[in-house]
Amino acid sequence: MMASKITKQQVEHVAELAKLEFPKDELGKFTTQLGSIIDMFEDLTAVDTDGVEPMTSATDRVNVMREDKAVKATKEETEALLKNAPDEDGGYIRVPVIIDESEDGE
Amino acid sequence: MDFYQTDLSQLHNDLVNKKISASELTKATFDHIKANDDQVKAFLTLNEDAATKCAQEIDDAGIAADQLVSGVPLAVKDNILTKGLTTTAASKILENFNPVYDATVVDKLNQAGFINVGKTNLDEFAMGSSTENSAFFTTHNPWDLTRVPGGSSGGSAAAVAAGDVLGALGTDTGGSIRMPASFNGVVGMKPTYGRVSRWGIIAFGSSFDQVGWLTRTVKDNAYLTALIAGNDKHDMTSSLKEVPDWAAHLNDDTSVKGLKIAVPKEYYDDLNDDVKKVVKAALDHLESLGATVDKVSLPRTKYGVPAYYILASSEASSNLQRYDGIRYGFRAKDAKNLDEVYVKSRTEGFGEEVKRRIMLGTFSLSAGFYDAYFNKAAKVRRLIAQDFYKVFENYDLIIGATGATTAFKIGAEIDDPKTMYMNDVLTVPVNMAGLPAMSVPAGFSEKNGMPVGLQIIGKPFDEQTIYNAGYVFEQTTDFHKKAPKLGGQN
Amino acid sequence: MNFQTTIGLEVHVELKTNSKIYSPSPVDFGDQPNANTNVIDWGYPGVLPTLNKGVVRDGIMAGLALHAQIAHHMHFDRKNYFYPDNPKAYQITQSDTPIAHDGWIEIEVDGKKKKIGIAEMHIEEDAGKNTHTSKYSYVDLNRQGTPLIEIVSKPDIASPDEAVAYLEALRQRIQFTGISDVKMEEGSMRVDTNISIRPVGSDKFGTKTEMKNINSFNYVRKALAFEEKRHQQVLMSGGHIAQETRRYDEPTGTTVSMRTKEGADDYRYFPEPDIPDLNVSDDWIKEIEGEMPEMPGERRKHYVDDLGLSDYDAMVLTQTKEMSDFFEAAVKDGGDPKRVANYLMNDVNSYLNDKHIDLPDTKLTPANLAGMVKLIDDGTISSKMAKKVFKGILAGEEPQAYAKEHGLVQLSDPAQLQPIVDDVLANNAQSIEDFKNGKDRAVGYLMGQIMKQTRGKANPQVVTQLLMKSLKAK
Ligand SMILES: [Mg+2]
Ligand SMILES: [Zn+2]
Repeated sequence: MMASKITKQQVEHVAELAKLEFPKDELGKFTTQLGSIIDMFEDLTAVDTDGVEPMTSATDRVNVMREDKAVKATKEETEALLKNAPDEDGGYIRVPVIIDESEDGE
Repeated sequence: MDFYQTDLSQLHNDLVNKKISASELTKATFDHIKANDDQVKAFLTLNEDAATKCAQEIDDAGIAADQLVSGVPLAVKDNILTKGLTTTAASKILENFNPVYDATVVDKLNQAGFINVGKTNLDEFAMGSSTENSAFFTTHNPWDLTRVPGGSSGGSAAAVAAGDVLGALGTDTGGSIRMPASFNGVVGMKPTYGRVSRWGIIAFGSSFDQVGWLTRTVKDNAYLTALIAGNDKHDMTSSLKEVPDWAAHLNDDTSVKGLKIAVPKEYYDDLNDDVKKVVKAALDHLESLGATVDKVSLPRTKYGVPAYYILASSEASSNLQRYDGIRYGFRAKDAKNLDEVYVKSRTEGFGEEVKRRIMLGTFSLSAGFYDAYFNKAAKVRRLIAQDFYKVFENYDLIIGATGATTAFKIGAEIDDPKTMYMNDVLTVPVNMAGLPAMSVPAGFSEKNGMPVGLQIIGKPFDEQTIYNAGYVFEQTTDFHKKAPKLGGQN
Repeated sequence: MNFQTTIGLEVHVELKTNSKIYSPSPVDFGDQPNANTNVIDWGYPGVLPTLNKGVVRDGIMAGLALHAQIAHHMHFDRKNYFYPDNPKAYQITQSDTPIAHDGWIEIEVDGKKKKIGIAEMHIEEDAGKNTHTSKYSYVDLNRQGTPLIEIVSKPDIASPDEAVAYLEALRQRIQFTGISDVKMEEGSMRVDTNISIRPVGSDKFGTKTEMKNINSFNYVRKALAFEEKRHQQVLMSGGHIAQETRRYDEPTGTTVSMRTKEGADDYRYFPEPDIPDLNVSDDWIKEIEGEMPEMPGERRKHYVDDLGLSDYDAMVLTQTKEMSDFFEAAVKDGGDPKRVANYLMNDVNSYLNDKHIDLPDTKLTPANLAGMVKLIDDGTISSKMAKKVFKGILAGEEPQAYAKEHGLVQLSDPAQLQPIVDDVLANNAQSIEDFKNGKDRAVGYLMGQIMKQTRGKANPQVVTQLLMKSLKAK
C-alpha cells in the first residue's frame, strides 16, 4: 500500500476541501499528528478483505419510501427558519456576492 | 432531592399518592443541581423557568397514572434538539442555536409529561471520550473531581451519578453512553441501531449513532428506553420491529441459570489489573448464579478502532459541512467574501478535535485514498460484524469490560489523540455491528476507588436478554446503591 | 488534417411530483422566496431525508421510455461540495448504482436515422437558486430538493446537429411520459455539454471542454459549433486544448473560459447512510410499464392508420404531448380529425407563435375546438364566420353560444331562403335573361344580391341549390 506519511501539502489540500484553515506555524505539528493516526489506519492492511462486500449501514430496513404527498410549512415555520439565518433580506438568505459560479447546476 | 434513595416506580407512586408534587420535585431537583453543579459542571443549559411552569401544569392536570415519567425531572444531552431551548452540541458554531423542532425522542418524552431539567455537557459534536472537547467547559467526575467523566455523554453520566436526575438521555456512536456509564458507576444502554429514531439528533456518524439512557438502575433504563424506541417515519433507518415492554418482563426470569455467556479474551486479557479484578469477580458472580461462562476470541477487535475512526470521521466530515455560516449558527464577523464566510466561520467555530476528525474523514474519502481507507474500513466493518454473529450462534450474550481503565485524570490524554482513541477499543466494535450493549456498575477499583463497568452485548434487537442479565446482576450486588461523596475521595 | 467530433450531453430534467425528493415540501417555486421550504430543505441539524416513492416510479418510467435497463438493486450516494444553494453541502444523488443504464433513442439528421446510446440515468435533488447584486448574493431554497433525473449520453453524438436532434428526441419522449414539462426556458430541462475532437482514425479521445446550462437548443447548436471550430483551429495551429469549463456568451456567439478544471474537483462520493438500499421488483417495473402513456411513434401510427391523417400531419401533431393530447381530446369530442388537425397546425400554431405562448396558456379547450369544427361541418357557420368564432373560442367562449350571440349563424333553412331568392329574381329580370343566354356571371351577381339581403348569413350551398332550381324553372 501507499507510503503512510501524509505531507504538509496534502494536509493543506484536504483543509481546502473541508473549508478549514490551519495557521502556518501549527501545520507541521498537525501534520505529524494526523500522520500518526493515519499510521494506525494502515493497520487495516493486515486484514484480508478479498471478496468482502463493504458494510456502510447497520439498518435492518430496505425499500423505505414515502407516498408523494406535499405538506407546506406554515408561515410561522419558515419565518422561524429565516430568523435563525445570520443575514436575511426580504425573505432571502443573504451572503457576500458569489464570484465563482462554477458549482451552479450540479 | 437525592435520587439515590429512589427509582422511577417509587417516585411515580409518591407523585400519584401526592406525597410530593411535580412542582416540589422540580424545585428540589434544581436545588440539588445548584448545590452540586459548580463542581461537577454537568449542565450546559438549565431549563428552570420552563421546567417550573411545566411542573405546575402537570400538577394542575394531575399525574398520569399510566405514565411513569409524568412529572419526573430528566435531563437531555445537548446534541438532541429541544424546540425553543438552546442546543449547541457543545460547539461554538451552534452557540446560540435555537431549534425550531423537537427530536422525536424529546417529542415522545413531552407527550409522556416529563420535566426537561436542562441540557447536559458533551464533547463537541459527541467527538471524544472525556468531555474535555466541549467548547464551553469540562465536566468533572462526581466520584473524583480531578478525573474526567468519560465521553461523549459525560454530562449526562455525571448528572445521574451526582444524583441530579434519575435518568439522562445520551447518544452513542462509538461508546459515548457506555464509557461514561462505566466511569461514573451508572447504567448506560446503547440500543440496537434502528431501535430509536435519530430525527433531531445532531448527526455525527449516521450509520453508528443511537440514542439511549444513562440511569441509576437497570429497570429504569429498560422502562425509559422502551418509551423512546419504535419506528419513526422521519427516520428511514428506524426499525419496524415491535418494542417489547422490557421492564415488565424483567421479573419473568429472576435467574441467569442456563444463560450462555461468551467472554472474548480481547475484552478481558488486556485490561488494567484493577479493572480486570472487578470484571473477573463479576463473571465469577454470574457463573455462581448458574450462567455458563466460556472464553472465546473476537480476533479482529483491535481493527475496530482504526476502521471506526475512518468510517465515523468520514460520515462526520460530510455531516458537519452544513455548518458553513450561511443559514444558521455562527458566521465569522470579518468575512470579506463568500469563501471567507466558509473558511473563517468553520475555522473559528469548530474546536480542535472536531477539525481533526473532519480532516481525517475528508482525507479518507478524497480522490486516490477512498479505496485504501473508506472502502477498506467498510469491508473490515463487515468482518467485525460477522465475527459477532458467529459467536452469537452459540451464545446468548457477550460480556466483558466496557473500558480497559477507570476514569483518567483531566488533562492526562487530551494532547494525545491516538491514546484517547484507544479508550474506545471495547466499545466501537458494537457500533460497527449495530448491536445493543449496556454497561452496568460492576464494582470499584481497589487502586483508585473509581467505578468499573461491565459491558453486556446482545444479539440485534435482543435488548431483553441484556436487561434480564443486568437486572439479576444488579439485584444480587449493591454497587449501584453506592453514591459518590461530592468533592471527596471515595 | 480531418477531425472527428465527439459530443457528450448531460441532461437534467425536473420531475413534476407533488413533493420534493427527500422532503414533503411542495414542488412549486413560483412562490415567495423560501415559502416552500422546511427544516430538511434548509439542512438543519438533526434532519433526515425521506425518499419520495413517486420519484422512484417516475425515474423507472423515464428509464423505460429511453429503452434502458432498470437497476434491480440500488443505493444513494453523497456528493460533497460547498455552495450557498446547497444547504447540506452535499447533494444526495446516485453515483454507484444509477436507477437505469444502457438505453438508447433514435434520431434522424438529413434523412439518416441513428441510435444514440444512453450510458446511465440517475435520480437526485436539485439545488436552490442564487440571485446576485454587485455586493450580495441572495439564496432562495424553494427549488432545493426538487427531484431531478440526470441523463448521460454515450459518446455517440458526432455533430452539433446530432446533439440537437438527440435533445429534441429526448425531450419529446420524456414529455410523452408526462413526468416533466421539459421546458428549457423554465429550467425544467437543463443541458450540460462536453465536446472533444480527434484526428479521423485516432482511437484516443481528444481533450474535452465542458459547457453548463446552455438555455436553448439553438444556443446548444451554436455553442457546440463554435467550440468544434475553436478546437480545430487550436489543434491545426499546433496548440493544445485545456480541459476546462466554458460559458456560451449569447451576444457574441462565442464561448469563454470559466475556470480550469484539472484536479479541481473532488466530490468525495460515499454511500448515503440515511437512506436504506432499494430493491426494484420485476412486478413493479411491469406495473409502471402498464401505466406508461403511448409514445409519439405509436400515436403517429394511430393517426395515420385509423384517423386518415398524412405522415406529415401526424409528425407535426406529435411534436409536443400538449398538442397531441389536445388533438386526441378534440377528436374524442366529435371533431373531424382532418379539420381539427388543420386548425391546430395552422390557425392555432400561428396564434401560439405570434403570442409566444404554449397551448396550456390559452383558454382554448378541445371541446370548444371540436364544437366549432362541428358547426362548420353541419353548415351552421361558414368558414368566414368560423374565423370570428375562432377568436371567440380562443377567449374561452363556447362556440355555439358565441355564434348565436354574435349573429354568426348561417341561414340554411330553404323555407326561409326561398322567398328571398324569389324576391331577388323578381327584381333582376336582366340577370335571368343573361343566364338564359349562357352568361354564368349572372349567377354570381344574383348570389351576391342574396347574400347582401341576408347580410352574409345565407348558407351559400343552400342558396346555390335554390337559385339554380329557380333559374332553370324560369
Ligand atoms: Mg453531473
Ligand atoms: Zn446532476
